[in-house]
Amino acid sequence: MEVEAAKLIGAGIAAIPLAGAGVGLGLIFGNFLAGAFRNPSAAAANQQTMLLAFALTEFTGLLGFVIAMIILYAF
Amino acid sequence: MIDAAFRSFQAAGPMEQFEILPIVELTFGGLDISFTNSALWMTIGVGLIVAFFYAATRRRTLIPGRTQSIAEILHEFVANLVRDTIGHDGKKFFPYVFTLFIFILVANYVGLLPSIPGAPHELHTFTTTSHIIVTFALAMVTITIVLIYGFAKNGLKFLKLFAPSGLPIWLMPILVPIEIISFLSRPISLGVRLFANMLAGHIILKLFAGFVIALLGAGGFASVLAIAPFLGSVAIFLLEFLVAALQAYVFAILTCIYLSDAAHAAEH
Repeated sequence: MEVEAAKLIGAGIAAIPLAGAGVGLGLIFGNFLAGAFRNPSAAAANQQTMLLAFALTEFTGLLGFVIAMIILYAF
Repeated sequence: MIDAAFRSFQAAGPMEQFEILPIVELTFGGLDISFTNSALWMTIGVGLIVAFFYAATRRRTLIPGRTQSIAEILHEFVANLVRDTIGHDGKKFFPYVFTLFIFILVANYVGLLPSIPGAPHELHTFTTTSHIIVTFALAMVTITIVLIYGFAKNGLKFLKLFAPSGLPIWLMPILVPIEIISFLSRPISLGVRLFANMLAGHIILKLFAGFVIALLGAGGFASVLAIAPFLGSVAIFLLEFLVAALQAYVFAILTCIYLSDAAHAAEH
């Protein structure tokens, strides 16, 4: 296989972590909302933890993006 | 006109906006220390911060005016963050966390400004935080402070961070390496998170903007469809507006958590 073609396929494969990040973000916000509707008075205190979890989860998806960029541009 | 715009888009890919270009060429002892567009936009960001806080604190009143209110809200916000995460020891880290938060916030927002049409390439708006060297340097400063403060405050007990008390002895060989690796990956994840968020956001913005030009350039029915990527780019811009603030907040809060680890390592 040509190197150029292999690079493009590799970059495409590196986008798969987006699926996991999507599921994870859905779980975080979904569960936060479920909890917030049950006990709205406790929601504000947990917002910080939710945003932190959001950032940590998002990072997994972004790592995939970084790998795709490295495959495409660094080699 | 659209044709010319189309051609210029073809010339500039989505990665072109991250190019570092020298504005004033300087060399010092064989080193290239040119004043670049990255340096220019960092200077603009810092200049805006200094100007704002100078204006806000020039005439301090008991009942704050509008500018002073904004400065007080920002101050209060970061002070609460530091107090809640680090606790009593956190007060001495407030200046650092505040500086970090404001710098990243302003650098992110300054990068979202549209460029002046027709300006030379090196004067286009530039997001300094979209370069890993900037974000990684900020992350390394944080980790260096954590290490120095951790060892200075706890001595060798700082190493208890890697071996939480109450851990069964047979778990140690498994858990301690994991804890060490997770500690070592902190500067990487801290730096890469901000950098990748900014990079990805700006690439997507540029791609959507490119679709608008490409569809307009195609003419006929296709140019009517250009409204779809245009609305898309507006939506992405709104998202980026949120992300810019959120990433500054996340960077500050993670810094606080790491500092709190260093402050309370011996108590584990």
